[in-house]
Amino acid sequence: MRFVDEFRDPGIITRTAEEIRRLAGATRHYRFMEVCGGHTHAIYRFGLKDLLPDNIELVHGPGCPVCVLPMGRIDDGLSMSLQPDTIFTAFGDMMRVPGANGTPLEYKARGADVRIVYSPTDALKLARQNPSKHVMFFAIGFETTAPSTALTLMRAKAEGLRNFSVFCNHVTIIPAMRAILDSPDMRIDAFIGPGHVSTVIGCRPYEWIARDQRKPIVCSGFEPLDILQSIVMLLRQMNEGRSVVENQYKRVVPWEGNRAALRAMSEVFQLRPYFEWRGLGFISQSALRIRDSFAEWDAERRFQVPGIRVTDPKAAQCGEVLKGVLKPAQCKLFGRECTPEHPVGALMVSSEGSCAAYHNYQFLKSSMVPEIHAAV
Amino acid sequence: MCLAIPGKIVEMSPDHFDSALVEVVGVRRRIDLGLLSENPPKLGDWVLIHVGFAMSKISEEEALDQIRTLTMLGEQQAAMEEVCGYASDDLPDQVENARKGT
Amino acid sequence: MQKAAPAKLRFKDPQIEMAHGAGGKASRRLVEGLFAPLLFDGSTEPLGDAGCVNLDGTSLSLTTDSFVVKPLRFPGGSIGELAVNGTVNDLAVSGARAEALAVAFILEAGLPSDILEAEVRAMAKAACTAGVRIVSGDTKVVEHGHADHMYITTTGIGRRIPDVNLSPLSVQPGDKILLSGPIGDHGITILLARGELDMEADIASDTRSVLPLVEALIRTVAPGLRWMRDPTRGGVATTLNELARDCRLGVQLFEQTIPVRDAVRGACELLGLDPLHIANEGQFLAIVAPGSADEALEVLRATPGGEGAAIIGEICPQPAGAVLVTTLYGGSRIVDMLVGDPLPRIC
Repeated sequence: MRFVDEFRDPGIITRTAEEIRRLAGATRHYRFMEVCGGHTHAIYRFGLKDLLPDNIELVHGPGCPVCVLPMGRIDDGLSMSLQPDTIFTAFGDMMRVPGANGTPLEYKARGADVRIVYSPTDALKLARQNPSKHVMFFAIGFETTAPSTALTLMRAKAEGLRNFSVFCNHVTIIPAMRAILDSPDMRIDAFIGPGHVSTVIGCRPYEWIARDQRKPIVCSGFEPLDILQSIVMLLRQMNEGRSVVENQYKRVVPWEGNRAALRAMSEVFQLRPYFEWRGLGFISQSALRIRDSFAEWDAERRFQVPGIRVTDPKAAQCGEVLKGVLKPAQCKLFGRECTPEHPVGALMVSSEGSCAAYHNYQFLKSSMVPEIHAAV
Repeated sequence: MCLAIPGKIVEMSPDHFDSALVEVVGVRRRIDLGLLSENPPKLGDWVLIHVGFAMSKISEEEALDQIRTLTMLGEQQAAMEEVCGYASDDLPDQVENARKGT
Repeated sequence: MQKAAPAKLRFKDPQIEMAHGAGGKASRRLVEGLFAPLLFDGSTEPLGDAGCVNLDGTSLSLTTDSFVVKPLRFPGGSIGELAVNGTVNDLAVSGARAEALAVAFILEAGLPSDILEAEVRAMAKAACTAGVRIVSGDTKVVEHGHADHMYITTTGIGRRIPDVNLSPLSVQPGDKILLSGPIGDHGITILLARGELDMEADIASDTRSVLPLVEALIRTVAPGLRWMRDPTRGGVATTLNELARDCRLGVQLFEQTIPVRDAVRGACELLGLDPLHIANEGQFLAIVAPGSADEALEVLRATPGGEGAAIIGEICPQPAGAVLVTTLYGGSRIVDMLVGDPLPRIC
């Protein structure tokens, strides 16, 4: 696969890992947070932790849009699926996320019309093909995904397609990072910065982190060599006493971002005054709602939603894990009441949630000593 | 948020400027080019695909440059080790400073 | 060395969900927690694909399988072929040659007859190719909306091939893991054929009888053959996790050796799926003693249909009960069974 396999070259990976070991030395302890859930998933999938020396610690950040969605919002969306002649559509990621009364798949088992879509345009297509039904699209994602929802709404409006609406749960990354940095327990040295979000917002929005908080940040791609190279760049910055924003993912991320995407977002969305983030509490100016000019396609206005706040069980420590204060295994429910089969919190459901990633890929490894020496 | 894959544009739509057929190792899907309206891609270009939309054009030049940098990383390391094997203690620092200077 | 005993599974789920049929953890809980204790003689033997029956000194294998697939027809095959090949394969990997099948149809009222005829013809053809007779059948019709056009159940009986002793308990550290060919073709074909994802690719289901390959293996390396299974729903990951659990050893796979067609790989990358979790209908896994592994591979590759066979890993003492995948550069990850069907993701 072009632009993928080159960045999985085993020889270069091994040499880059050696450079990391050399740069990290033996005395200093480094704590790097990868913000993006996609990076968390990649780190586990490629087994990158095995390549890092013990004095580099990777802390998982809150960049998982499924994980930070409060249960009440899921219930709101699912209540729409119970309306007659309504088709509930969402990405596969949402299908096993539990609301108070079940997951979308469980609602489907009970008779609701719940369908997986790969793209919001597929939901729009469903609306065109089913004029007697209403198609509701449960939109999630950071700034990577929001422009696609925005464009889809613009297309719906241009076509005058009335049997389509979007339940908007898009959130923005910078306020989440601010919440991490403002947290009193925060002990992060540097950031492996968002990759695909940055294709939309560019690298400028992170400058305050480097300049004011004095934390290096490198916008990173998702292949093993991308993440390893980003770690090299962070180590170099730290060893040289610098803190700047760097773009490791240059083949795809423009420094200034994607103007057309940003324009589409501002035409369709505006910032909510505040929004509840699961585990992080209420954060102001951190989420998007649909503008009045698109009110007719706003599911929140077309449907009556319960709007009930559902608090997480007290024992669940999703918030601390999201902020990187606790490791997944340190949560009291991890691996016992809360497993991928019976998730209590969304961090265990989403494949990029740190708890699920840790449980699926690492947990069994850490409880025994594998005798593995891969030949290179 | 993050799953995006490089794909090659194999067919453009004459009537729909905003859509194209993209191929990823033999898997084909129609994608929306609306987010690249400022710098539309052409047939044969590689784009980054996320939820059925092209997010960005992939720069082959940057990709090659990156691989080159990474490859050199290993070679520099190997070269340094070789040098260390022959010469005095402060030669590695000189090599390191020279590298930082570039 | 003390091998850890697997935890006893209990079935406490309040209702049946789709996940219970997906071949993963939920399915296993249902079978081991509800069906096995009540139906299967209270036997503590690890559950295989086929049951063993002794009739007047002749050792027979008996198996049954139901086929529920949407759409009915897809590139490379249809439900009829799956129904024949699936049961022939279950018998083959239990070390038996299928002799005869019985077929039961559950048909939805309103199903066009030409569709039914096409499936029946496909079954006849598949049976002929597989060298098995269909000797009995049954039909039920249910109201419109109560079956996805048709469900087919096939039950197969076959004679156990002599001198073949297959059991997960005979698997030992150092044993090699053989895979008959590329994985993921069937599951991805079905996913794309449903049309919901609006993707197309030159991929076809790999449905076929694996008996010729199994027989070639048995002819050559029977003493060194420990265990076989066909990785259907849930994929290679699920099958090997079951093995790891049953033999209480670890399975270590080498990622670069696992054969996957380019297009399957592309679809998996696009959809965020792992080929190890995707269903196959024409492949099987075999655990072979290290001394016989190279010969086993050679004979598979020399047999028509086995050209893509590979040694993909080995049995290790650790991680006991789990499957570990290692990469060429030294990274590793555990591959667990999924809860239910693999779902496409965007994150």
